[in-house]
Amino acid sequence: MEDKKKYNRRDFINSSFRVGIALGLTGIGVALTRRAIAGKSVWQLDPSKCVQCGRCATSCVLETSAVKCTHVYDMCGYCDLCGGYLRPDTKDLNTAAENQLCPTSAIVRKFVEEPFFEYQIIEELCIGCGKCVKGCGAFGNGSLQLQINHKLCVNCNQCAIARACPADAFSRVSASEAYLFKGFVKGKK
Amino acid sequence: MKKHLSIVLLTLLLSVQVLNIFAQQRFPKPEFETKYVQPVMQTPSPRSVFMEYFDVVALIGSLSLITWLILKKRSRQGVFWMTIFSLVYFGFYRKGCICAVGSLQNVTMALFYPDYHIPITAIAFFIIPLVFTLFYGRTFCAGICPLGAIQDIFVLRPLPLKSWVQKVLGLIPFIYLGLAVLYSATGTDYIVCRYDPFVGIFRHNATFMMFAIGGILLLIGVFIARPYCRFLCPYGILLNLVSRVSKNHLSIAPGKCIECRLCENSCPFGAINMPTPTKNNEKRNIMVKRFAFYFLITPFLVVLGGWTGSRFHENLANVNPKVKLANELLISNVKEPGKVSLEITTFKSTGKPIDKLYTEAAAIVQKFYIGGWILGGFLGLVFGLTLASLSIIQYRTDYTTNKGSCYSCARCVDFCPVKAEVK
Repeated sequence: MEDKKKYNRRDFINSSFRVGIALGLTGIGVALTRRAIAGKSVWQLDPSKCVQCGRCATSCVLETSAVKCTHVYDMCGYCDLCGGYLRPDTKDLNTAAENQLCPTSAIVRKFVEEPFFEYQIIEELCIGCGKCVKGCGAFGNGSLQLQINHKLCVNCNQCAIARACPADAFSRVSASEAYLFKGFVKGKK
Repeated sequence: MKKHLSIVLLTLLLSVQVLNIFAQQRFPKPEFETKYVQPVMQTPSPRSVFMEYFDVVALIGSLSLITWLILKKRSRQGVFWMTIFSLVYFGFYRKGCICAVGSLQNVTMALFYPDYHIPITAIAFFIIPLVFTLFYGRTFCAGICPLGAIQDIFVLRPLPLKSWVQKVLGLIPFIYLGLAVLYSATGTDYIVCRYDPFVGIFRHNATFMMFAIGGILLLIGVFIARPYCRFLCPYGILLNLVSRVSKNHLSIAPGKCIECRLCENSCPFGAINMPTPTKNNEKRNIMVKRFAFYFLITPFLVVLGGWTGSRFHENLANVNPKVKLANELLISNVKEPGKVSLEITTFKSTGKPIDKLYTEAAAIVQKFYIGGWILGGFLGLVFGLTLASLSIIQYRTDYTTNKGSCYSCARCVDFCPVKAEVK
């Protein structure tokens, strides 16, 4: 067991390569760690750049997109004539299916008090197409905004929607500030 | 003076108006008279940072354990259970992301873009398996890599491949690696992640195409063991090269090989070096001449490859979204309207100057020109050196593992009748 093999030329070449690779790896490690971030970054889309093209609904690697419409209630006007809920050509302001803009009926319209209505989004139904976002932005306050839901997002190394986004709205943000809402000051009621 | 004042006043007024837009909405939030409670906005937080670090700990822990199982315990069964563990943890629980194979693109991008903030975990997942390989061989491939693990389960009826087939197919990962580096170094895309065949299975959620490719690879894997690892994996190239000089690699026999031939067909990956038949010796000077010939044409192959690569730089660059947009704009400028793509409409609505886009796109195309030369040259070098290495015959008397391509899966160990010597 203890018979020492002769240290031949091949061994020498191997050791030199080994040392070289070890040094190289250390070099890369040190160089990169310096500019690395300690925390974690996640994908998020910037609603101020978003053009509601509808690709979020189709480009995500998940069968149902991780992008969902989020309702910023603080910005909502609680309108009866809601541009995000109703089709533009609607005559009667009610919850009839033919009046709804959302293709999956994911928005629930609830009477609060005259003349205000609350709009709530059922996350399970939302496909992230952004039709309501477009309507709300055009006629209302823009309180409906598309955001990546981090409970669903699998945080791909390269976001497939980011590639398909024509407005270049996707970027990596710090995990501690994982949501980007437009026109909304955090903590303000 | 008066003019200045008016400008100042004008800007002040304008800014007040801008502020107004933010402060007041078209339809201000009503003050409710009833006791209406506003629902809470749903913003679920992402997976905690602590868990990300835990992944690194799990990687180091499982790598240490499997290395110990392979080199000290020489236990195939142990490796199998580690395979199951990593399939469950790194595969189905972590959904195949983050993985070492994809991390090579993050590292490349970080090397080329100083302002890209690479996550520490990505660096760890890139470096740690390489370090382990440098000392103990490809124990990472044996059962820690989730992509390898899922294929290893499907190695049921492995058929031996002709060695020339293995060599030719073995060149594909070099092309894949080259392209992956080119596209991440130009900030275009992470193609390894985009075409990851098994990630959809880990997520139970993918497009039909993804499931189909994964399923086909697994089916092929029943007969041709680990097709992705052997003939596609770009990270495997790095591990292969590093493993060749590894310090303590798994050996088939724990002691002296007795050339009993029992292990001959045990490796499903064709990674066992057979003893050289003694009879078919060629004349030495013919072999030397052949080697010298292949070695000397390598520089020509490098230049030829580089030139060919540079010819295709525009096609390669068209994958880049910015270059693609610039191209579309150029074409749409030539022959007016018809159908205008969404990208063009969106770009025009942002009001960014077109010339700026053209300059940026031209800079990227230039990068691809250089990249094309380097990629082609690299492939030429690989072809040349492969040819040269094929012309060398190493004389062996024992059955040994091919340190480069051996995954240290320890299948051969059970076939060896030699018992470890007890001190």
